[in-house]
Amino acid sequence: MAVISRGFGGRARREAPDLPPGQYLTEDFPVLSAGPTPDVPTEEWQFAIRTESGQTLRWSWDEFHALPFEDVSTDIHCVTRWSKLGTSWRGVALDTLFADVETSEEWVMAHSYGGYTTNLALDDLLDGRAWVVTEFDGEPLDPEHGGPARLLVPHLYFWKSAKWVRGLTMQAEDDPGFWEQNGYHTHGDPWREERYWGQ
Amino acid sequence: MSWRLATVGAAMRLTDSARSIRLDVPGWPGNLAGQHLDLRLTAEDGYQAVRSYSIASAGPGESIELGVDRVPDGEVSPYLVDDVMTGDQLEVRGPLGGWFVWHEDDPSPVQLIGGGSGVVPLIAMARAHRAAGATSRFRMLVSARTPEDVLFAPELSALDATPGDRFALDVVYTRRGPEDWPFPIGRVDRAALERTTLPVSDSPAIFVCGPTGFVETVADHLVAIGHDPDRIKTERFGGA
Repeated sequence: MAVISRGFGGRARREAPDLPPGQYLTEDFPVLSAGPTPDVPTEEWQFAIRTESGQTLRWSWDEFHALPFEDVSTDIHCVTRWSKLGTSWRGVALDTLFADVETSEEWVMAHSYGGYTTNLALDDLLDGRAWVVTEFDGEPLDPEHGGPARLLVPHLYFWKSAKWVRGLTMQAEDDPGFWEQNGYHTHGDPWREERYWGQ
Repeated sequence: MSWRLATVGAAMRLTDSARSIRLDVPGWPGNLAGQHLDLRLTAEDGYQAVRSYSIASAGPGESIELGVDRVPDGEVSPYLVDDVMTGDQLEVRGPLGGWFVWHEDDPSPVQLIGGGSGVVPLIAMARAHRAAGATSRFRMLVSARTPEDVLFAPELSALDATPGDRFALDVVYTRRGPEDWPFPIGRVDRAALERTTLPVSDSPAIFVCGPTGFVETVADHLVAIGHDPDRIKTERFGGA
């Protein structure tokens, strides 16, 4: 049983029935990142998927924009406890990007410009649950929010939605990525509150 | 990692909007300089709110210090800044975060850059540096609206006044400086960074903490000046 904090009434509490445990609503769009924001010109941008056989699928900015785009409206949940409801994105579903990928590996490492990595299960990226997005709220994605392109995996904590994403590598093991090596949970389901190691 | 009972041992005003809170936490395992924790408040009807706060203290021991700045319309910070009293109880979980930390065996020169309450994890590093008797050079830049808005100002001044060149403090005022202040008033720009921070040739480890706009601007300038992006660690509020 938690202790009662004398005089704390939760003065700003709001009705938020759709929030995962321990989250609060924000109207802002806060930023979580570990270092400077990389400058990635779209002329130089590439996105690649590499498999265990050495197969590599690669898209330039123009090739990527020739793929079918989808509008995505979704709630997002940051491990630092803010949630933002009904955000609007545009991008390409990972199902589309993986259409010609032949792999028997179950794990994926996402790599970003700037060196950031995050680990994911392939299952969490398919079946209409993940995208590579280039627009937020009808505008090109700001660099500080991951532009020109970021991963969007909204059913996991938002650090899994790697900013400045440049590729995915198939892996045999679930090796930890950057934040996962620095204390965050390897899976990161907000509804199960998978925030940190050793919970 | 479980929630631990914390009792407020002392609370001290730092600025008009910020307060230092000392917590006694039986079983606290100690923390590295720069780490944060989750803090949980529970109302009488069972309603709970959790937020993350940087820890201003570092090292072993079961007594820790937080520096909390009031977020207007916030739910937890106004309680901590305005209401909480010695003897009150709450819960904490941590320490958290293994990235934005300074290790005392790192011999690199260190540049700390804090905006507003972004000073909190940085003073933990300055305290750890002093406590370890480390000989690496620390230089700290604080951006504050006015002289009354510098968190931990007396302690930072005392560190700055310590003989030797192990710690040096610079302040940039964005709204109003002390009387006869010789430097420009305004946001930290490239010129201010070049005047007040360690040069690229020192290859310093750099820690930047503050509001997102401040951190974005400073980090961009640092990269433009020529610092290696891999040497720059950032932490932003609103996203911890």
